[in-house]
Amino acid sequence: MNPATSYQQPSARGYYGEFGGAFVPEMLYPNVEELRTRYLDILADPTFQAELNQLLRDYVGRPTPLFEAKRLSAKYGTRIFLKREDLCHTGAHKINNTVGQILLAKRLGKKRIIAETGAGQHGVATATVCALMGLPCVVYMGAVDMERQAPNVARMRLLGAEVRRAESGSQTLKDATNEAIRDWIANPVDTHYIIGSVVGPHPYPDLVARLQAVISEEMRKQLLEQTGTELPDYVVACVGGGSNAAGAFYHFLDEPSVRLIAVEAAGHGVDSGHSAATSVLGKPGIIHGSRTLLMQDEHGQITEPYSLSAGLDYPGIGPLHAHLGASGRAEFVAITDDEALAAVAELSRFEGIIPALETAHALAALGQLGAGPQEVVVVNLSGRGDKDLETYLKNLDKLI
Amino acid sequence: MNRIAQAFASKQNLLNTYFTAGYPSLHDTIPLAKALVEAGADILEIGMPFSDPLADGPVIQGSSTVALANGMNLPVLFEQLKELRTAVPTTPVLLMGYLNPVMQFGIENFLKRAAEVGVDGLILPDLPLDEYEEQYHALFQQYGLKAVFLITPQTSEERIRRLDALSDAFLYLVSGPGTTGGTTLPDAEAQQQYFERIAGMNLKNPRLIGFGIADKAGFDRACQYANGAIIGSALIRALDGADDAPAAAARFVRGIRQA
Repeated sequence: MNPATSYQQPSARGYYGEFGGAFVPEMLYPNVEELRTRYLDILADPTFQAELNQLLRDYVGRPTPLFEAKRLSAKYGTRIFLKREDLCHTGAHKINNTVGQILLAKRLGKKRIIAETGAGQHGVATATVCALMGLPCVVYMGAVDMERQAPNVARMRLLGAEVRRAESGSQTLKDATNEAIRDWIANPVDTHYIIGSVVGPHPYPDLVARLQAVISEEMRKQLLEQTGTELPDYVVACVGGGSNAAGAFYHFLDEPSVRLIAVEAAGHGVDSGHSAATSVLGKPGIIHGSRTLLMQDEHGQITEPYSLSAGLDYPGIGPLHAHLGASGRAEFVAITDDEALAAVAELSRFEGIIPALETAHALAALGQLGAGPQEVVVVNLSGRGDKDLETYLKNLDKLI
Repeated sequence: MNRIAQAFASKQNLLNTYFTAGYPSLHDTIPLAKALVEAGADILEIGMPFSDPLADGPVIQGSSTVALANGMNLPVLFEQLKELRTAVPTTPVLLMGYLNPVMQFGIENFLKRAAEVGVDGLILPDLPLDEYEEQYHALFQQYGLKAVFLITPQTSEERIRRLDALSDAFLYLVSGPGTTGGTTLPDAEAQQQYFERIAGMNLKNPRLIGFGIADKAGFDRACQYANGAIIGSALIRALDGADDAPAAAARFVRGIRQA
């Protein structure tokens, strides 16, 4: 194995260390195999790259700014930069992946798109690119999430997508993913499943990580321009499944001087019984076709995670992140609901930016880094807070 | 001759019935097994409930949820199955379920316990073929357990031949695209062509057709193209709300078996 690429690239069967693989029933095997055998060639094709880059620039609005947050920096006594993924079209990093996957789906000859969504950001990003390409789109969303992220449900419908309620289990992201997978089983030939995170069977974790890697690619160039060096001391990102963290970490994975901080949702507290801190509470297991860290009971039944944020309450994490944690390459931090809400208020007041609740978990970790005044910290500002306004209004006492 | 081979050697048109362990009540497993066999089931497939059964439709999902709420888990199931061979001495019995609970129990421990209670084979749909071949095939053989693999209309001929070579039980033909209980190929002709294509491959293993087989007509039709069929969701539906689950199961099987 080439150590220079060992963290970025999974093995031929999709393993990052002991995590990954493709644990799918036979009904899914041909779909997953078609994707596995073709995705690298399609991604490397110059016409694909040209089309992708043009859409990223003209439609998504890339490159996104890297903004030095000076008031926040003064407060924490270090140099803090915000990678403004919240300024992407549709309000989060999710569209980096969906633009790439819709182009991939077209090259695979697919006529119909399905997706799962938790907070609704990935669903909106998928519905958006389906509208752009004129493809029918079905988004599965947990019934509970449809309630707490109602504006995104409305957005998806306005964009022409059909939003189907997932009413099994906890009625959140895990169950929406189950339903999307079942749809794919029932529609194996004409449908492409756009997974929204670095989860699922190989090659999805690698595919999504590659499509999100533009985040760290831009960071390196922007840091060189703004600080004189490409490498920061810290990169901080929140992790549910882990797509924005994968993108923010990707081009720093094999730069050992850069500390990678993955921030999970502690919910009411890691030991409260109401948490989504998978790296602490999970054991190796299989979810959605991937061997990874998984929250489960002693009999291997998957348990229900909790976080106030609908984008982080996933009982697993991407296999790349499980490996980064197990190998010590990334450090995991857990942030409670209340700490995240305080960080929402702080960024809003200090920098005039209202972050998404998921992103606020990453911001809330700033106080725990111990970064020095000469050090450079990049926080991936993965999404904006518009979708969370209702939650913020309900918690105004914690915000003001 | 093992119980699976014996069943296929002695009879045509085999009826394999699936039910979820722990449903409708925790201790229905052995009474249901006995009632199904006495009413005419030839093979039993006992489902190990899982919280996230990806290949299953709403009916089996629902029965799994109830079974888990009833307290079913692998230690409880193996305790119940100590009575299995007293209840059904000669009928082939398969355990069907997802890999994660088996992994947490420990795969070798699972195989050992399954063999001890007289289980004949296993259906683990999310166990990848490569991993089975490299890591578990020898272990399955060591414990005398047969692996049953699924085939779908999309499975390539090359892969079907590989699955056939690796199995010595039967091949499970999924009737069409979809999860358990729900599949019907929109095009009956395409389904017939698929069944005939597989029937014409001269595979060494017998074949059972499953998914969406719900009644006598469906069973009889499947038997034209294979050695029998598997019925699961329709049986679970027949148990739903029954006062006497074993009696309801027996009635259901007699309905399939009537001349």
